[in-house]
Amino acid sequence: MSAITRPGLAPAQGIPAPAPMAPATVAGPVTQVRVVRAEWTKLRALRSTRWSALSAIVLIVGVGALVAGSGTPYRFSASNTAAVGISTALLGVLFAQLVVGMVGVLAFSGEYGTGMIRATLAVVPARLPVLWAKVIVLAGLVLPVTLLCAFLDYFVAAAIESSRGGSAFSLSDPGVLRTVVGSALYLTVVVVIGLALGALFRKTAAGLSVFAAVFFVIPIIVASLPHKITGFALYLPTNAGGALWGDPQTTAHALSPWTGFAVLCGYAVVLTALAAWQLRRRDA
Amino acid sequence: MIEIDGLTKRYGDKTAVDGLSFVVEPGVVTGFLGPNGAGKSTTMRMIAGLDRPDSGTVRVNGKHYPRAPAPMAELGILLDARSVHPGLSARANLLALARTAGISRRRVDEVIDLAGLAEVAGTRAGGFSLGMGQRLGVAAALLGQPQTVVLDEPVNGLDPDGVRWIRLLLKSLAAEGRTVLVSSHLMSEMAQTATQLIVLGRGKLITEASVTDFTDRAAGTGVLVRTPEPVRLGQLLAAPGITVINDGTDLLRVSGTTAEQIGAAAWRAHLPLYELTPTHASLEEAFMQVTQDSIEYHAGATR
Repeated sequence: MSAITRPGLAPAQGIPAPAPMAPATVAGPVTQVRVVRAEWTKLRALRSTRWSALSAIVLIVGVGALVAGSGTPYRFSASNTAAVGISTALLGVLFAQLVVGMVGVLAFSGEYGTGMIRATLAVVPARLPVLWAKVIVLAGLVLPVTLLCAFLDYFVAAAIESSRGGSAFSLSDPGVLRTVVGSALYLTVVVVIGLALGALFRKTAAGLSVFAAVFFVIPIIVASLPHKITGFALYLPTNAGGALWGDPQTTAHALSPWTGFAVLCGYAVVLTALAAWQLRRRDA
Repeated sequence: MIEIDGLTKRYGDKTAVDGLSFVVEPGVVTGFLGPNGAGKSTTMRMIAGLDRPDSGTVRVNGKHYPRAPAPMAELGILLDARSVHPGLSARANLLALARTAGISRRRVDEVIDLAGLAEVAGTRAGGFSLGMGQRLGVAAALLGQPQTVVLDEPVNGLDPDGVRWIRLLLKSLAAEGRTVLVSSHLMSEMAQTATQLIVLGRGKLITEASVTDFTDRAAGTGVLVRTPEPVRLGQLLAAPGITVINDGTDLLRVSGTTAEQIGAAAWRAHLPLYELTPTHASLEEAFMQVTQDSIEYHAGATR
């Protein structure tokens, strides 16, 4: 057999003509970097990604502006610190976390639901690089977008408060920068938890239900229970993570900011490890 | 080359693939046949490492596929179920797969052209017809110019032009020295495309043979003889290994011998022959005969 001449199967230029029974190929080895590029290709091409990013901005900044512009102007006091004021203005994070969680869940359940997972895993049969790539790509998207949201929220809220005669906020006030950056870190870990739930449950409805239960329903139920039996509440993902960005609902009884964040990261690590174990083990 | 050895896969208490062993050689198109539920798709999924065998091994080009360093160079696969993201364009679907192996955009455009998808490459795959979806799946399987190509029902939903495209494509892939395993329920299409056959029934290997041998062995391959003396000719031909069927008319169906021998025997016995016609079982007839006992889902009234 001579060199392949069919247009569709012609080797790329620079690759030597194939020997008989050993046709040339254009495909190189799978590397983690390549799988990250592949996952980024999917994520950026999906419309849902753009809509989700847009709604996160609207929810965080919009709700922040509403909070800052309503009620009496915020004035600093011993209990009303600048950090508490900013975390109140970041109330929209509680809604945005649902959007972010959905993006995370869909990153896997969307592939299982459509069947694309079979194509994905057939070309990356080692499987785990796909999970790591999704973690990297989603966290790499959510962190900058939510950082942007949080800082926008801060500047919009601070501008509104000062125009209404409230106290003047500064990023150098104690805890303010931590609160603003912390809200973005919180949402970044939330997307990883969503991703792990999507990988574990495979079905969008199941993954989303569990996510919504953990991040929305259970905190509300626990908050309404007698305090005596809710000692565990500060370890719930929402409350532990809320300790970092000072979620106003949990400031009273909370872990220290970075301990709380570490607990939240612990959930993400455990769930991701379970997802990895299952991804290796189960049939696709 | 695909080497399958003692492959077994159970789903719950149902054994989908049961101690299966066969080899698919490079350089020819190998047809993968079997009734619905025979285990073809399960076997193909195990070849691609998507399902884990309960026991047995699969080797693709001599390697354990899940640990192949460059998987897309080894194996390209089209699965029976859809495996594209409907929210992504055809090009984005292909590009996402290509990126994992560092395959260029140029190659992506090449397979888009090859599969006849150039006009719809930018539209979302969710709106594709069954045939377009198949073309996209075949394009994905060819992306990495793999040494081994496995296609599950590639002509499903294709128009006549597409069917012809697949036929020529499979033959040219085999001519390039690649290993080609293809399943289909369209026996006439398979008869035109495949050289070798692997036939499954209820998860087990029924036959591994060339298409010619497979149809030669089937009932219906033989000689049709018309004579005014059917009884005498029948007695004359009777011998071990030779079957003569007479339905009471002047027609005999003889198998196990040749038209030449029947003609010579009749001439020696001075028996007149009005017709002497060698007949061949079609691939479909041969297939029906060997798989009759292993059909999982009977069509009720017809059988």
